[in-house]
Amino acid sequence: MSSIPTREVARRAFASEFNDAGYTFKESDDDRAPLYALLPTGERANRVFVVGTLMETEDVGDESEYWRGRIVDPTGTFFTYAGQYQPEAAAALRELETPAFVAIVGKPRTYETDEGEVRVSLRPESITVVDQATRDRWVVETAERTVERIEAFDPETSEYAAMADEQYDLPVDTYRDQAIAALESLDDGETAEAPAPDAAD
Amino acid sequence: MADLQRHAEEVHDQFSDQLDITVEDVQERLETLVNEYKVPADEARRSVVSTYLDEAGMERDEIGGGGGGGNASLLVNEIDEDEQWVDLRVTVADLWEPRSDAVSQVGLLGDESGTIKFVAFETSDLPPLEEGQSYALGNVVTDEYEGNYSVKLNRTTSITELDETVEVGDDATEVEGALVDIQDGSGLVKRCPEDDCTRVLQNGRCNEHGEVDGEYDLRIKGVLDDGDEVTEVIFDEEATTDLTGIGLEEAIGMAKDALDTEVVVEEMREDVLGRYYRVRGPTFGRYVLANETERLDGPVDAEATLIKARSI
Repeated sequence: MSSIPTREVARRAFASEFNDAGYTFKESDDDRAPLYALLPTGERANRVFVVGTLMETEDVGDESEYWRGRIVDPTGTFFTYAGQYQPEAAAALRELETPAFVAIVGKPRTYETDEGEVRVSLRPESITVVDQATRDRWVVETAERTVERIEAFDPETSEYAAMADEQYDLPVDTYRDQAIAALESLDDGETAEAPAPDAAD
Repeated sequence: MADLQRHAEEVHDQFSDQLDITVEDVQERLETLVNEYKVPADEARRSVVSTYLDEAGMERDEIGGGGGGGNASLLVNEIDEDEQWVDLRVTVADLWEPRSDAVSQVGLLGDESGTIKFVAFETSDLPPLEEGQSYALGNVVTDEYEGNYSVKLNRTTSITELDETVEVGDDATEVEGALVDIQDGSGLVKRCPEDDCTRVLQNGRCNEHGEVDGEYDLRIKGVLDDGDEVTEVIFDEEATTDLTGIGLEEAIGMAKDALDTEVVVEEMREDVLGRYYRVRGPTFGRYVLANETERLDGPVDAEATLIKARSI
C-alpha cells in the first residue's frame, strides 16, 4: 500500500502567514515532484484549505478569461487566480455574487512583481459556497493548527523550522498574536470585516 | 533448541495418525534446515509440514494447528498474519447469503475487539453456526486479502457452544475534517450486474466482464482532511443520499434531463465540498465506510484554543 502516492494534506494557515510563505521548494529533482511553499511557522504546504469571505471577483485576463478573487479572513486577504486550466473554479468566480462565504481547496503559487517582490497566491482546485458556521469552524481549526506549529517550532529538531529560520526573518510570535486576535474576533460575535486592502498589483 | 523440540512435538502430533514418524525424525529435519541452511524456525516448520503433507497426500487445511491447544487464543482485531491457526471466543454477529455453492456459511464473528469475516465450506461438513450464539472455535485459519483479514473454518475446527454471551465490540473508527475532494467514480455510477461482481463500469465496460448492461448506483469517494491527516471515505447509496439529499431516482432523472451522468456529481460537489463532517464506520483497506455521517455546522468553542495560544 505504501506504493500508492499519498495525497498531500491541506494545511491550515491564516492569510497573514500564507502571504509570508514566499519561499517554495521541491524535495526531489523529478519534474513531477510536488512543489511546497514553506510556512514561516515551520511546515511545508503543497495544498491548503481556506474558508473566508469572497469580497470581490474580477476578470484580469487579456485574451482569455483569468479570474481573480479576493478572500478575506480575520488576518488579511488571500488572492486566488483561476483561468482556462481551472475551468470549474473560474466558472465559480465568474458566477458568484459577493460578498459570500467560500471554501477553497488549492495550491500555493508564487510570482515576482516587477519590483522584485514575491507574492503568494492560491491556485484553486475547488471553490464552493459555505455558511458562517463553516467559516467560524475554519478560524478555530486554523488557529489550533497554527498554535500547534508554533509550539513544535524548533530549528534544532524540525527540518522545516530550520528552513524557515534560514529563509525568513519572521518571528513566529506574530502568528500566535494573529491567531489569538482571530479567535477573539469570534468571541465578539463579529463577522470578518475586510482589513485594509492590500495593494494587489 | 527447546523451541525446535516444541515445534517438532507439535508437527508430530499433527501427523501421528497418518504417518509413522517420531518426534526425533521431525526434529532432525527441522535442525537441518535451521542449523545448516539458516532458515528461521517458522519457515523450517512450514517446509517440514509441507513435506509431510505430500507424503500423507493431505491438504493443509486437513491438519490442525498445533495439536493439543497449541494455538494462540486471539481477539479478532489481533489477527494480523496470514495462514495462522488460532482459537477464538466469539458471537456470530451476522450471517450473509453465500454467493458460492462451495461455501456453507459466511458472515461476521465478533468479540470485544470488533468483528471479522468468516467463511465455512461445504466440504468441511461442520454444524451450522447460529446468529447471536456465542461459540469457542478451535483451529480456525486466518486469511488475508488486500490487507483485510478473515478466518476460515475447516474440518478440524472444533465448535463449542458457550453458555455465556461474548459481547461484540465496535471497531468503527471516527474521522473528522473538511471534505476537500470528491474523487472520480463518484455520483451516479453503473455497476457490473454479474454475480459476485460489483465493479463500477468505465464507459459501460467492466474490467472483468467487458461490455455489460450496468445497474445504476450512487456513491461518493471523498477525502476528509483535518489539516494533519487525510482519510478517504466511501459513502454508499444510502449515505450519499443522506449527505447530499439526492436520491437514486432523482439522480437518474437529473442525468436523463442533461443527457449526462456527470451533472449529478457536479451538483453533489457544490453541496458538500468545503464543509466539515464527522464520519463513523468500519475501515476497509485505506477507506472508511461511512455508516454514520454528521455535518459539523454547530457553534464552535474557541476557548480551549485561545487558552493554549495564550500559554505559549
